[in-house]
Amino acid sequence: MNPQQESDFDSGALKPYYGKLFPFADMFKWMSYGHDGKHPGCDQSYFGRREFSFTLKGDFYLRFQSYNNVLELENSIKDKCPLKIDIGPVYTVDPAKRHAYAQSDNSVFTPVERELIFDIDMTDYDDIRYCCKGADVCLDCWPLMTVAIKVIDTSLRDEFGFKHILWVYSGRRGVHCWVCDGKARRLTNEQRSAIAEYYRVYKGNENSHKKVSLTGGALHPFLATSYTNVLKDYFEKKLLTNQNLLATEERYEKILSMIPDESIASELRGRWQDNRRSTSAKEDINVVRWEQCKQLLQSGKHKAQGLRRCVEEIVFSYTYPRLDMEVSKHMNHLLKAPFCVHPKTGRVCVPIDPNRCDEFDPTTVPTLFQILEELNNEGLRADVNGAEWSGTSLGNAVRLFRSSFLEPLQKACKEEIERSYNLKLQQSKNSIGW
Amino acid sequence: MEIVRPHSHRNLFSSNDAAPAPTIPLYRSAPPLEVRLEDFESFAIDRLRVLKGISDGLSRGKKPDEMEKLVSELWKVNMRHQHASEVLNKDIISHFVLRLVYCRTEDLRKWFLSMECALFRYRFRFLTTEAQRAIMDEFDITCKAVNIMEFESIKEKLGQVARSMGQPLPTGDAIFYKVPFEDVPELVAGRRVLLSQGYAYVAMNQVVSLVATLFRSQLSKTLILTNSVYICCRKWTSSIREQEKHRLTPIVEALCSSYLGPDFSQPKEYAEISLKDIDQLAKTSFPLCMRHQFDKLKEDHHLKHGGRMQLGLFLKGVGLNLDDALAFWRAEFSKKVGLEKFEKEYAYTIRHNYGKEGKRTDYTPYSCYKIISSTPGAGDHHGCPYRHFSEENLRAALSRMGVNSRATEDVMNKVRNRHYQLACTLTFEALHGVPCDAGINHPNQYFSDSQKILHPKKDSST
Ligand code: SF4
Ligand SMILES: [Zn+2]
Repeated sequence: MNPQQESDFDSGALKPYYGKLFPFADMFKWMSYGHDGKHPGCDQSYFGRREFSFTLKGDFYLRFQSYNNVLELENSIKDKCPLKIDIGPVYTVDPAKRHAYAQSDNSVFTPVERELIFDIDMTDYDDIRYCCKGADVCLDCWPLMTVAIKVIDTSLRDEFGFKHILWVYSGRRGVHCWVCDGKARRLTNEQRSAIAEYYRVYKGNENSHKKVSLTGGALHPFLATSYTNVLKDYFEKKLLTNQNLLATEERYEKILSMIPDESIASELRGRWQDNRRSTSAKEDINVVRWEQCKQLLQSGKHKAQGLRRCVEEIVFSYTYPRLDMEVSKHMNHLLKAPFCVHPKTGRVCVPIDPNRCDEFDPTTVPTLFQILEELNNEGLRADVNGAEWSGTSLGNAVRLFRSSFLEPLQKACKEEIERSYNLKLQQSKNSIGW
Repeated sequence: MEIVRPHSHRNLFSSNDAAPAPTIPLYRSAPPLEVRLEDFESFAIDRLRVLKGISDGLSRGKKPDEMEKLVSELWKVNMRHQHASEVLNKDIISHFVLRLVYCRTEDLRKWFLSMECALFRYRFRFLTTEAQRAIMDEFDITCKAVNIMEFESIKEKLGQVARSMGQPLPTGDAIFYKVPFEDVPELVAGRRVLLSQGYAYVAMNQVVSLVATLFRSQLSKTLILTNSVYICCRKWTSSIREQEKHRLTPIVEALCSSYLGPDFSQPKEYAEISLKDIDQLAKTSFPLCMRHQFDKLKEDHHLKHGGRMQLGLFLKGVGLNLDDALAFWRAEFSKKVGLEKFEKEYAYTIRHNYGKEGKRTDYTPYSCYKIISSTPGAGDHHGCPYRHFSEENLRAALSRMGVNSRATEDVMNKVRNRHYQLACTLTFEALHGVPCDAGINHPNQYFSDSQKILHPKKDSST
């Protein structure tokens, strides 16, 4: 975004975005989890106990906003025109009225439901990407995010049994994940921590030796499947060459330092230092060197020494997802809402289809200005559905949100409400009978 | 507390006078027993000795097998009774007395809960298979055994899990239990179970972890219902003779404070410190864990969540008031993330620590036990350096503090034996040239002991 656009963004581009395009109804349906229906089992207070937070122009930060219905939500957002919308947990009571309850017992105002969330940010990979640093991303490093989505999404579904998972582009350099199944929303902090830990392979902290350490006689099935189905291929076919991981001395030394056997490391170092020219020009130097490295580490004579695991450790170090653990561990962490616009890039936080995450390209995600322009070009051609966004590139994003996430979620929520209502009926009948 | 179910009686009390086979009561209901006031107090103190011993063992970083030995010793020494038939009653009564004492504040509850669970866990290991089964039945676990067909279909993966932990492959007659993954957070966190479609497959030798979680959540629920605990216990203690009742309150009060050390949650008036002194105080009187984070904060202008909590609550404990605390964190963080981001993302936690936002609990500074058992990850600087630093880094940190090389060797020796708090005590002694007989149990105690030595006259004013 150029400086001119940036100031436009502040001064007014968000107004028409919230005014005509932002999918309020979809957000409301999502956050209601079926309680917006007419069924007697619906909890009408549910949506109103959810915390929203806004970052406003001039750096005001509003926490503990809450709304009883979609109209209130819509009016408030249109009115305040926040640069960023964050979503917090569902509390025991309406968060806006928390002070009224605070007098009595401090356990009255406390979070009771919260999606299980994950935040993966490219800056956490800065030590293993050489294409860009910090806030930038490009197509050479984005595969790291693709790997993260594949590994975590598969495990959440197959191992933890979750079904309603939403992946969202964070607008700049990462992805967010929202796990929305009822049982995910009701996890305790301890259970959330356990899941986050399950995904952690890095041991150590800033003040001891930090590294991937895979011990034991075999890899846990989760790590083994992730390795064979995702990590290995992405490492060998994409990241190795994209990032030129073995092309220069500085870079290959980093990998050599991960080999515990000094004699193998120095043998490789020797070969790589003086045979640059002998490698044929048409083969990529990274690929050639990786083959040599693997061959030496996996050759028969080293098998017994546990060095085979070293190949896997290298691959894990350069590909395995790095989660911001704190975000996932606590119920009351806030996370940016989907469909927000990133104030620095102007890009919309659009959903990502995990089944087609390979095709996702962060550099072509629609920006606010692009969408507004499309809207202008559309002119006054009224849409049959009445939705202004449907003719813009935001349309695809909203349609994906509905078809792959919202509709199946709503169906499941209605069934769950029905089920627990019937159960309660049954119980009260029984107790009368007795 | 729940109504006593007739069949759980069978487990809790043995009617005949012969020594009952050892079992662990599940403490589901207060005992309908006459309790003598003397027993009330002495049983509770005996049990506290056990819990305190466990707490010390854990904070020294003892390994599971060492803990097992320790717990069995502690139990044998403290929880016996001259009448074998009374052992079980002593167990139950002492538990309920401590519940009454420890249900009063969030921190006491937490401590009690984790120590009781640790105790339960080690005791469970000593039980006979039948006794273990009886407890598993109480928690409805036995019926969740995996059948042969299912076992065959996942055998290979179960083997993979076993090998990943360096354990032998499960044999054909191995029993696995299929339970919701939510019930075994500890096994999930350690990647020690196979997960599939929301279920965890728990091996027989891991059942202790499952039972302990269920025990914990049962106990935790009853502790949270503070009022009902009070009511229930009051009803129960009404069996104590009327004229002795007035003696009960002081006993409970004494029990409560005697074993947990002084309360650091409320800064003492005289200990109020001001922002301008803080750099100096960090040099002279902060324990290494706080000193390290303080230096890192000044260097990076940032600390991750765990560090902000640990250092922030410590500073609150030494007497930095909310406004100064905000100014302190703002000065550093704004250099890195800017003022705006500080105000909207970080200021909240600081106010929160002082109980001004969100849940209105007044957070207490972390004890050594809590810090030592934390698990700092990548980018984190919190934790206890004696426990969490590599040897190299610890040596460097000690020399920056000004510990001489001979003292450093003594410290490293303690560290190697995993006596982290003793290592910290030696550091304190080396830097202050004065013995610290009580040992270091709390970073705020380190601070106040240090201040007492450096400014003896201030102390007499209190
Ligand atoms: S022993 Fe306690 S005070 Fe000393 S460094 Fe460790 S946690 Fe801090
Ligand atoms: Zn890049």
